[in-house]
Amino acid sequence: MAIPDIEATDLTWNIAIDPAKDAVVIDDVSKVFKKRRSWLPWGKKEQEREVRAVEHVNMIIRRREIVGILGANGSGKSTLIRILSTLLIPDSGRVSIFGYDVRKDERTVQRLINRVSVEASFFKKLSPMENLIYAARLYNMPGREAREKIRQILTRLGIPKDRIGQPLEDMSRGMQQKVAIARAFLTSPIVLLLDEPTTGLDPRSKLDVQTFVRQLREDHDATILITTHDMDEAEALCDRVAIIDQGKIVAEGTIEELRRAVTERLGRTNPVTMNEVFMHYTVAHLISEADIARYGSWEKAFEAFEALKEEE
Amino acid sequence: MSSLMHQGRASYAFFERNWNLAKRYLGWEIVWLCYNFINALSITFISKNTQILGHVTQAQVNYLTLYLVIGTSVWTYLSVTFEGVTDVITFERWEGTIEYTFMAPISRLTHLVGSCWYAVAHGLAFTFVQLLIVAAFFHLDLSHANYLTAIFMLLLGSVSFVGFGIGASVLPLLFTERGSQMSYIVRSVLLLISGVYYPINVLPGWMQPAARISPATYVLNGLRAGLQQNAPIWSPTIWASTWPLLISGVISIPLGLWVFGLAERYAKRTGRLKRNG
Repeated sequence: MAIPDIEATDLTWNIAIDPAKDAVVIDDVSKVFKKRRSWLPWGKKEQEREVRAVEHVNMIIRRREIVGILGANGSGKSTLIRILSTLLIPDSGRVSIFGYDVRKDERTVQRLINRVSVEASFFKKLSPMENLIYAARLYNMPGREAREKIRQILTRLGIPKDRIGQPLEDMSRGMQQKVAIARAFLTSPIVLLLDEPTTGLDPRSKLDVQTFVRQLREDHDATILITTHDMDEAEALCDRVAIIDQGKIVAEGTIEELRRAVTERLGRTNPVTMNEVFMHYTVAHLISEADIARYGSWEKAFEAFEALKEEE
Repeated sequence: MSSLMHQGRASYAFFERNWNLAKRYLGWEIVWLCYNFINALSITFISKNTQILGHVTQAQVNYLTLYLVIGTSVWTYLSVTFEGVTDVITFERWEGTIEYTFMAPISRLTHLVGSCWYAVAHGLAFTFVQLLIVAAFFHLDLSHANYLTAIFMLLLGSVSFVGFGIGASVLPLLFTERGSQMSYIVRSVLLLISGVYYPINVLPGWMQPAARISPATYVLNGLRAGLQQNAPIWSPTIWASTWPLLISGVISIPLGLWVFGLAERYAKRTGRLKRNG
């Protein structure tokens, strides 16, 4: 079957993209953060320590795939996304987007990607329109075209028209996150990196975003990498998932493959859930039935467990 | 051509964004304007004090008044411009948008120039308003003023101020919590050594060589020669301030960008671009 070309935009018109190439190649990537001791005598008496955020990660994402990276807080998901976004330089290994190296061809890669992070980072005094028009100009969109597109996307994401010109600080966290998603969609990236994009959104908004992510793939041939610890979202969206724990990929495959593998390993007759798969492969297996009963659901117990881990 | 258009659009994006922010933070703008003109007034009143001390003519008092007004105006201009440039990083870190700006497909030159041309326009507007207010309080003897020279010196000096500002904006990039305060040190050193309120020959001998590498020294010399002695742009007096500023501008901007590039790579290696460090 012939592979159709990727539609060029004002931003990507002079970039040669081979549609037959893998969209994202992560080749043996590692990243260690070093926490140094204060050199002042009255500084914090912390020990010098190393945090191995990402360790020898390998992954290939094919064009038009939606791949999920599942992991607990601090497992290395966001570090990996930052490396792909050209915001972090890996200590070793190589990452490429459609054959372009994120270090050597940084500017080219930046024209192919966009990212949504867990925090909706904006100039909060500015309105969604002012924030997005700023982003649009950075991505080479003419003002008039951008304004029209911004209104379309925000309306599709359920932002009321009368709020488009109001400061973002007056909006709920969910609405702000939708504007963050709109910012990434606005530039029609060829590779979209979503770092826990629906955290904090209500179920309806989550569904809106998921529908939009699928549409982005259908309409713009986008390849999407999404990090999450929402197993329902992973099941609903992802063609494949990888589970990351303490910086290492500990499992990879389709949802069905992983469920089947864990079901067999646990010797069950009924297929296990994705929560059980996740628990099996990560430190989340520390969550007991008693914790689930105590917090009301597995997700709530997991969140409490994560909060505790962050405090530590 | 399209790439040039892209960089032009992106550069305008920073100007437009900063203008939108200034409108939303209008209260802050008014506070800073008040602070600056009260500061300028309090310093310029020193000239009135010399009259009380006696043994000075009215012409000398008028000369000192204009001398101090030029000093306070240049200082306001330098502060506002410098702050605008260093805020390229500080403000974005505060709002949490820094990662988005650094992953945008634009050159660092576009990013910094886009922010700087707003800073220069903002600084000029601020200084002009301050001058109007201060002029209402004092008799300014502008009978020997050459305004063309004044504008020329201010614009020429802006190039070097921007270069120094880009260099100083590395501090908030590297030091996530205290970098902004550190950039104040750079400014205060410029205030001390550049002859803002006094001629540099009153400084101790060991400080005077430092004054000669500060662009503010030449901007002030040129402005004072233009506004107090009617020196035209092509006069030897102005040329004595022009050539050091040309050299300073040619060196400081590429040097500032190079230092910024090194700091950016370091920040990307150590994860310092992250919102809260």
